[in-house]
Amino acid sequence: MVAATTSSTISVTLRVWRQAGPKALGQFKDYAAKDLNSNMSFLEMLDVVNDELTLKGEEPIAFAHDCREGICGTCSLTINGKPHGPGKGIATCQTYMRSFHDGDIIVVEPFRAAAFPLIKDLVVDRTSFDKIMQAGGFITARAGSAPEANAAPVPKGDSDLAMDAAQCIGCGACVAACKNASAMLFVSAKVGHLGLLPQGQAERDRRVLAMVHTMDEEGFGNCTNQYECSAACPKTISHDFIARMNRDYLGATLRSAFKPEAASSGGGA
Amino acid sequence: MNLVGSLFGSSIGRKIVMAVTGVILIGFVVGHLVGNLQIFQHPDHLNGYAQFLHQLGPLLWVARIGLIVAVVLHIWAATVLTLENKKARGSDYGFKHTIQATLASRAMRWTGFVVLAFLIYHLAHFTLGLVQTETFKETAPLNHYSMTKDYRVAGFTVVTAGADVANVYNMVVLGFQNKVVSLFYIISVGLLSLHLLHGFDSLFQSLGLRNAKWSALLHKAALVLCLVYFLGNLAIPGAVLAGKLQPHAAKVAPAVQR
Repeated sequence: MVAATTSSTISVTLRVWRQAGPKALGQFKDYAAKDLNSNMSFLEMLDVVNDELTLKGEEPIAFAHDCREGICGTCSLTINGKPHGPGKGIATCQTYMRSFHDGDIIVVEPFRAAAFPLIKDLVVDRTSFDKIMQAGGFITARAGSAPEANAAPVPKGDSDLAMDAAQCIGCGACVAACKNASAMLFVSAKVGHLGLLPQGQAERDRRVLAMVHTMDEEGFGNCTNQYECSAACPKTISHDFIARMNRDYLGATLRSAFKPEAASSGGGA
Repeated sequence: MNLVGSLFGSSIGRKIVMAVTGVILIGFVVGHLVGNLQIFQHPDHLNGYAQFLHQLGPLLWVARIGLIVAVVLHIWAATVLTLENKKARGSDYGFKHTIQATLASRAMRWTGFVVLAFLIYHLAHFTLGLVQTETFKETAPLNHYSMTKDYRVAGFTVVTAGADVANVYNMVVLGFQNKVVSLFYIISVGLLSLHLLHGFDSLFQSLGLRNAKWSALLHKAALVLCLVYFLGNLAIPGAVLAGKLQPHAAKVAPAVQR
């Protein structure tokens, strides 16, 4: 609990995108949020506003949220034009009202991308990310008990770098921040994460080709190297992973073009 | 997907096309500038150089066709990528905000359009002679130039002294004495430099040859390249406007047959 002496109250005006459904016409609507504890998170503030709306008999604002501790990737929201709000390296759930000033008008919009169709108000459908993951964002490993830890040695540097990429929570902020709604940072984080580890080598080429192919199919845009994605990423994943993916993709394309196929290909498990 | 399909049909493939054609075009514009800076030497140099290029014959056409293909592919990739990007974005944000995208990166499309317009004018001006015909190398009154010395490339004499060649030197100087034309050139190469600033930096990313270790160095290299490129280009019309470069009084021997 926050000590009473450390909190002050602020009042802001929320300009929220309201849209009843995928086909409905959306519009901004203003809501006064008064006397808020400045140590509330942005989501808690929305809870308070929604309570008031409910009491007034109005439809509460729909928004996505789950863990509220910055690790699940469910919360979204574009706050004043920046996914996850003004802070660097944090998700919306870790954005506190003390980041704003008394009297601010805060514009709250959904993540906008054709590949993230809107469901309601601020909630968008990010299934397209799941489809990309299903295309190759995994390692076909044997099921069963955990393998012996030192069976596959990983250099510390590689493991750290893989961990940087593995921090991706798949929230879609990179897509929302990109003027082209490109998913390159997300896909490159997944490709880079597995591509850096020995366990990911066997399927490395197939993975990058399949994930990029699905990314394109799902209607994400292309990279114009402005790096708004990494600047908006709540996990500050570097766009260096995009360069890495580009390199992997080029190599995999060349290798797959000349890869011989076994006479028995297609048979067996 | 096969090799060609991957290159021309995928998002990353098209970026690679963009980058590779970009490398070719950067190489060309830099080489073109270096060649043209010979204008600051005796007219023998620029005129000999132009004559040398023309003597290449079929090789010149191989280079020209290569460049045309690069330009067409560069524009094709830009168009397809941009259309896809617009479609992918879908609806626009009500609150427009940019976190850190550079001016050069945001202006790519507009600088690209200006560069294309400039390219067309430049070809009409100095290659085809469709504009400013009164100073064109093949139609102007002072179109002949008699070489006073041999012109050498890599130690080989490619144009001999006394050869009667087109007077490219005078064409350029007389062409740039028109202030409007000079200003258009200066603005265009300025915007081309801005285009290159993002383009040069980007091509390394698109080809996967970039990481945090040397991205700062790359960015500085891009800045230096663009600044030097702009100043080099500014120098030619600038020197003409400042009166430092004057038309060469060509010693035309009417009897000399071309």
